[in-house]
Amino acid sequence: MTVMPAITYNFAYLDEQTKRMIRRAILKAIAIPGYQVPFASREMPMPYGWGTGGVQVTAAILGADDVLKVIDQGSDDTTNAVAIRGFFKATAGVATTTRTQEATVIQTRHRIPETALTAGQVLVYQVPIPEPLRFLEPRETETRKLHGLADYGLMHVKLYEDISRHGHIATTYAYPVAVAGRYVMDPSPIPKFDNPKMDDCPALQLFGAGREQRIYAIPPHTRVVSLDFEDHPFEVQRFDKPCALCGAQDVYLDEVILDDRGGRMFVCSDTDHCESRRADGHVGPLGAPPPGKGKP
Amino acid sequence: MSDISQAQASLARGFNDPARDSQTAFRALMYAMARPGVPRALEARLSPPAPLTPELAALALTVLDYETTVWLDPALAGEAAVVDFLRFHTSARLVTEPEAAQFALIADGSALPAFSRFAQGEPDYPDRSTTLLVAVSSFTDGPFQVEGPGLPAPVGFGATPLPADMTQRLAENRALFPLGIDLVLAAPGAILALPRSVRVREEA
Repeated sequence: MTVMPAITYNFAYLDEQTKRMIRRAILKAIAIPGYQVPFASREMPMPYGWGTGGVQVTAAILGADDVLKVIDQGSDDTTNAVAIRGFFKATAGVATTTRTQEATVIQTRHRIPETALTAGQVLVYQVPIPEPLRFLEPRETETRKLHGLADYGLMHVKLYEDISRHGHIATTYAYPVAVAGRYVMDPSPIPKFDNPKMDDCPALQLFGAGREQRIYAIPPHTRVVSLDFEDHPFEVQRFDKPCALCGAQDVYLDEVILDDRGGRMFVCSDTDHCESRRADGHVGPLGAPPPGKGKP
Repeated sequence: MSDISQAQASLARGFNDPARDSQTAFRALMYAMARPGVPRALEARLSPPAPLTPELAALALTVLDYETTVWLDPALAGEAAVVDFLRFHTSARLVTEPEAAQFALIADGSALPAFSRFAQGEPDYPDRSTTLLVAVSSFTDGPFQVEGPGLPAPVGFGATPLPADMTQRLAENRALFPLGIDLVLAAPGAILALPRSVRVREEA
């Protein structure tokens, strides 16, 4: 009887040459905060749009002693997050976690964890469209020129048109930011609620766009300003009610439909934050107290 | 040096475990770049031919491959064993014009060539600039004050040997932002980065 050889991969899946190429792009990205560095994005064993850019950045930085957390819209337990965590567990043998504080590398799709990040942590964003000006100017040659000249008038016109049409800036996600006073950057489709967390963040923030072949970065403690106007200052979303499960007030909430008669509740989008609050005994209007602490 | 011992020196080993060793060196380099002016420990278990230092060799093996061009300063380029070591382990293309190089390896920090001789990047592609990897003998806490992205407050640093006009050179480099060169200093056991984004003052 012949035994099928076990499939082995290079550490963290990518070959060393690819990692070096991505690493060189990451170094340039850190040196020029907010500038999109082109890189030779590889085909990954997942479709574009599922985080191939983030996965390649994570693969290039990951070491054997790292602890990896992956979130998808704040959640540790959705398909994308579970699959990517499993991918690196299998190909790099790294430890994984759902706790924000325990992670050294956090790959994220469309959220920044509610728990404040710390120095030494790396936040890797999955980015679909890295170019903030793309929907205003489709030509790459032109957007490059605009970045080169720091000509961001188009973006301000777009925000102004929001105001003239809606009375306020109606952009709610992928809200453009200026990094270190120079490059305007797309923070990936995070809710603008999360924009203030990028400013002066102690963690290193890396952005990977696989299909669009761009890597960019925000070094720790870098000034990140959401674009606005003096008479229409930048504002984040506000929620009328606290999280239905843990009662948190100052967090980003997801809507959950409860029945077909209009019943709904709003719960923390960051599942780890919600779980640790509930474990600490916080209970929201629809939440059950932790086991052993009385009847629901 | 006899022919045989020279051949042995030029075949000095590369990384023991390329995947893990280069990752460790890269993480040190990445954090050094993200926290300018702050030395970051780098344990380089290499014995490359002199004047290539173990740290400089570790950085070279981490970033160089057949896709990159590298310029060697006269001290390194004059040593056949160094050239052979880099050729064998990285396959990087050696260039004689500094402005054609993506990376420059410099063994003698006091003889740092003028930054303007290297690629500065282009307005549309500021990443197309040279990264200078420079060997120094030690780091100190002064006399320079560095501030910029990556640092919550200015930090002091110094390194020997460096040219006397280092502050002015770094100021001129900063004035070109987002163009300009990025600098990585490698001392025994530690590296320190000065990306183009930093402002450096010299304490009186």
